[in-house]
Amino acid sequence: MEFILELRGVVKHFPNHRAVDGISLRIPRGGFYSLLGPSGCGKTTTLRLIAGFEQPTCGDVLLNGAVVNHLKPYERNVSTVFQNYALFPHLTAAENVAFGLRRRNQTDVARRVREALDLVRLTGKESRYPAQLSGGERQRVALARSLVLQPDMLLLDEPLAALDPKLRKQMRLELKEMQRRVGITFLLVTHDQEEALSMSDQLAVMNAGAIEQVGAPPEVYLRPGTRFVAGFLGAVNWIGGIGLRPEVTRISRGQPSNGARFRPATVTGSVFLGNCVHVLARLESGEEAVAEVSRGECAYTAGERVHLCWNPSDEMIFP
Amino acid sequence: MKPGWERLRAWFLLPAWIWLWALFAAPFAIVIAYSLLTRGAYGGLSEPWTTESYHRLLDPLYLEIVLRSFVMAAATTAICLLLGFPLALFISRSGRRRNLYLQLVILPFWTSFLVRLYAWMFLLRDTGLINTILERLGLIHIPLPLLYNNGAVLLGLVYGYLPFMVLPVYATLERLDPALEEAAADLGAKPWPTLLHVILPLSAPGIRAGSILVFIPALGAYLTPDLLGGGRTVMIGNLVQNQFTTARDWPFGAAISVGLMALVGVLVVLALRRERESLV
Repeated sequence: MEFILELRGVVKHFPNHRAVDGISLRIPRGGFYSLLGPSGCGKTTTLRLIAGFEQPTCGDVLLNGAVVNHLKPYERNVSTVFQNYALFPHLTAAENVAFGLRRRNQTDVARRVREALDLVRLTGKESRYPAQLSGGERQRVALARSLVLQPDMLLLDEPLAALDPKLRKQMRLELKEMQRRVGITFLLVTHDQEEALSMSDQLAVMNAGAIEQVGAPPEVYLRPGTRFVAGFLGAVNWIGGIGLRPEVTRISRGQPSNGARFRPATVTGSVFLGNCVHVLARLESGEEAVAEVSRGECAYTAGERVHLCWNPSDEMIFP
Repeated sequence: MKPGWERLRAWFLLPAWIWLWALFAAPFAIVIAYSLLTRGAYGGLSEPWTTESYHRLLDPLYLEIVLRSFVMAAATTAICLLLGFPLALFISRSGRRRNLYLQLVILPFWTSFLVRLYAWMFLLRDTGLINTILERLGLIHIPLPLLYNNGAVLLGLVYGYLPFMVLPVYATLERLDPALEEAAADLGAKPWPTLLHVILPLSAPGIRAGSILVFIPALGAYLTPDLLGGGRTVMIGNLVQNQFTTARDWPFGAAISVGLMALVGVLVVLALRRERESLV
């Protein structure tokens, strides 16, 4: 079977709201995939439907081409890395990793646990309890605990949210690298667009229980299918109905003559961000825009008359 | 800490301090003193000081009562755990009804324990509700011996102390992260293995606390064996009461009390040591 996971018109209603409202999605074997969306968009519910913690109100969840709607979590060969890792506090790191192997009556537990802990570089911490491990180490135990079972799919529910920002960036690369090494299909749920863009081979942007767009990160970022996707993945200047990212919005005192589009505007202020400067400007139409300029560019003062200009190929146009 | 705070703290601790010395330490000292005196000719106490009462504790007749009390208290604890754990688990999973169910567990405390034991007697005696109904239905012709035996005492002890097991176990189960159970299922554990390998070990502190809270009062129970056992099931508590009333042997009664307290003390220390070991 070509697709490891397929969702066919999946709907999940809770008594008070529709968490998932008709999702169809196909995920091929291998690779790193993300469900990206704001909180409450249904991405975590979708993950729980795949893991088996929830049953769909209607529609089908297929794993390896077989409908698994009514299979319990322990009957599905997928594994979840929980947001707070949900490590068993009464078991050591090694015992946590061995838990799934023991429940499946597998042999050679000790060797496989050792290999899994080796894979996540936790050798030497086998006999520590979760309370004695750092946040990053706990996450590695959670990863090892799932990967040791060699699931068809690894589901990751905001796995980086509990880490401090510096560690978070480092773990992005490690997770991506881990996926390449083990070859298991990873499905990440996140609300952090930078995370999804930097790690995914393909990502699906969700909003209000539905999928807005599926595509590779550059495609989704540069050619968003809807205004929501454009706005969720990054800042947008809305100028006369078209969308422009601040980094492709330029500013000049004179009228540009190289085929660029332009509009007259008035500078209203600027924000120093360290690596660049955001110049704020108001167009004659009253619309506000931000241009990201390098620190070296000459300073613009409030009240100054300028032109905002951009290349037509950078325009994001929505019906 | 500032001196003013220090003084305020002392004032706040004063009531507890007075309570402990006046109502625990002083009576305990009196009991120890009594246990080392000799029985008076017409009850009461007299000289000389002796450890005779403690030697009598080793009499097989009394050891049998101690042993029976232990067996009864252990059985009570085990049954309370078997009934209380599933109940606590059920309540902790009852969502918004939790508080209602907890109130129902506590509800018996609204009435005196004595009254509730008399209610049990009305249910269990030969002309009681249960025997009457069974007879009217033609299921039995002579009343079943439900009252005044070990079974009745055990029933009364379990009934009386069940809430002391349910509440601490509930408290630990309620704090359990639901994600742990999902993680267990996710890793391939069916409901029973999840209960055995995740929920049960993690509720051990509550089970230990509940067991102490049930075992200790059950070991020293006096009212339940007296009323539901009808004097046939003698436990340590009844023995103590006997010595101070009908037998008029205060030193021996005091010695039994001290012995019981020492036993309980040792058990609590052992249980608490386990607790400390399990905290990693």
